[in-house]
Amino acid sequence: QNIVPTPIKIKLIDMLSEAGLTVIEATSFVSPKWVPQMADNAEVLKGIQKFPGVNYPVLTPNIKGFQAAVAAGAKEVSVFGAASEQFTRKNTNCSIEESLQRSDEILRAARAAGIPVRGYVSCALGCPYEGKISPAKVAEITKKMYSMGCYEISLGDTIGVGTPGVMKDMLSAVIHEVPVAALAVHCHDTYGQALANTLMALQMGVSVVDSSVAGLGGCPYAQGASGNLATEDLVYMLSGLGMHTGVNLQKLLEAGTFICQALNRKTSSKVAQATCKL
Amino acid sequence: MGNVPSAVKHCLSYQQLLREHLWIGDSVAGALDPAQVPPRGPGCPHPFAHCQLVSLPETSQSSGLPEYVKIVEVGPRDGLQNEKVVIVPTDIKIEFINQLSQTGLSVIEVTSFVSSRWVPQMADHIEVMKGIHQYPGVRYPVLTPNLQGFHRAVAAGATEISVFGAASESFSKKNINCSIEESMEKFEAVVKSARHMNIPARGYVSCALGCPYEGNITPQKVTEVSKRLYGMGCYEISLGDTIGVGTPGSMRRMLENVMKEIPPSALAVHCHDTYGQALANILTALQMGINVVDSAVSGLGGCPYAKGASGNVATEDLIYMLNGLGLNTGVNLYKVMEAGDFICKAVNKTTNSKVAQASFNA
Repeated sequence: QNIVPTPIKIKLIDMLSEAGLTVIEATSFVSPKWVPQMADNAEVLKGIQKFPGVNYPVLTPNIKGFQAAVAAGAKEVSVFGAASEQFTRKNTNCSIEESLQRSDEILRAARAAGIPVRGYVSCALGCPYEGKISPAKVAEITKKMYSMGCYEISLGDTIGVGTPGVMKDMLSAVIHEVPVAALAVHCHDTYGQALANTLMALQMGVSVVDSSVAGLGGCPYAQGASGNLATEDLVYMLSGLGMHTGVNLQKLLEAGTFICQALNRKTSSKVAQATCKL
Repeated sequence: MGNVPSAVKHCLSYQQLLREHLWIGDSVAGALDPAQVPPRGPGCPHPFAHCQLVSLPETSQSSGLPEYVKIVEVGPRDGLQNEKVVIVPTDIKIEFINQLSQTGLSVIEVTSFVSSRWVPQMADHIEVMKGIHQYPGVRYPVLTPNLQGFHRAVAAGATEISVFGAASESFSKKNINCSIEESMEKFEAVVKSARHMNIPARGYVSCALGCPYEGNITPQKVTEVSKRLYGMGCYEISLGDTIGVGTPGSMRRMLENVMKEIPPSALAVHCHDTYGQALANILTALQMGINVVDSAVSGLGGCPYAKGASGNVATEDLIYMLNGLGLNTGVNLYKVMEAGDFICKAVNKTTNSKVAQASFNA
């Protein structure tokens, strides 16, 4: 909730780069009026060390943000969609159709500049306003974003309400329209279901998973509830499954300890809690 | 993830979310009328009083998962035993267990008839056993590490018992001061007596996915110990990931081995959430045909081997997943959350259940 100082953000990202992660979402080129925590986006992007082989995508909600991102040195951007009309209206003040048009504008500009674009679909397993979301709707939005040119679409359980069965049904519908190699899952742990949902996605062939060190980021829809899946816990499971991630868990834990101390908060990662025997 | 303007945070109706929330379903009771929700206490409105629960469409048949999952609630024993900070008063334990009895849970592990020298938290085992209201249709197993404990348990009214073995020699010696073989001999005596009295006996195998002293545990060892317990007459063997180090891969390998010797219908899993792996491990077990899962309300019980780490998987989070999967449990999630709220306030600790955290903070 407090605004994190720029040097702390830069250090965190550098530590994550050292831990072996290959994609680190660095910042968001959104108006500071809406998201003051990301007001220093240009400085962060310019200040971080760009490790070879590591990508640093940034969020760009509109063409203006895209241009600012490119000016600040961005080599990859992300655009956001949602499978819920109400969520899109409340979140970005426009309809799904309008939001897709905005993304399309960015995608054209990005293609011209040779910049890859990742797409996000929020509310893939449920919406705080509409409740249940049909897998067909998720498939429809995903297909649109993929055909507009997104190289990958991250399907997000924004409020963490999903369970493995719902994940399976949603992915079944989406995989009909978009190759599984172009899909990622972004599970929130608000109800403790994230890792089980992620496991189901892996069983269905998804091989890209979003997570956040120390499980940073609460849930804006339920005060006190948790948000993102903790990267440490995800890496622990993947290692146990014999899956190669290239991530050094020890260094990752150090990055998590660093940011938690800087934010004066406890980690949401169970692996981190178990490892720090204080 | 998304950019959420702060204005949004205040516009949301979390109650509306729960109303629309088809994932929290009471598949036995069907639609739960707000009027049926029990009152919380004087002047305190129920946080979910205006929410309606809708039962889930059954999808379990097509997913290869069992239709019905039995939850074995170990909060009052395993949970409270490992809450080191305070010894919970007897009347609180009794009230807690009585509340759990009204949630639809069919098995509640009540206490442990072990010497109070070793486990002071369970010293009031006789009073608890005698003090609880034994609801029809609910079973109340107790731990009995030896014949002495067994006889005292029966005298106090126990009608089901459990014995605890381990798949690790070091753990067995450190935990119960004898080798695996010696422990099996003790348990044989207990289980034999139990069977003579028509008292069912459940067997536990600790360290099924790893040991704090020995590290890796081979699936073969787990099978060997499980087979011993099953062979002596335990009707069910609960395989415990005692320190929560297991992952879906090690769970699968262990179960594959054990299921060569013991039918899945006689197996249960007891996963600890120390490394956040519990639900993923449980899902794996369900996919392999296991349909009995141990858990503890509020995720009670820390980990004696890693200070500050969590222990049991939270019953609320487990039910949430099972409901979402369309599996029948017979348990009312809201009532379980209430019991969790009660015990957390009573022992002055925050819940380890994410479902409870997300719901009670709305």
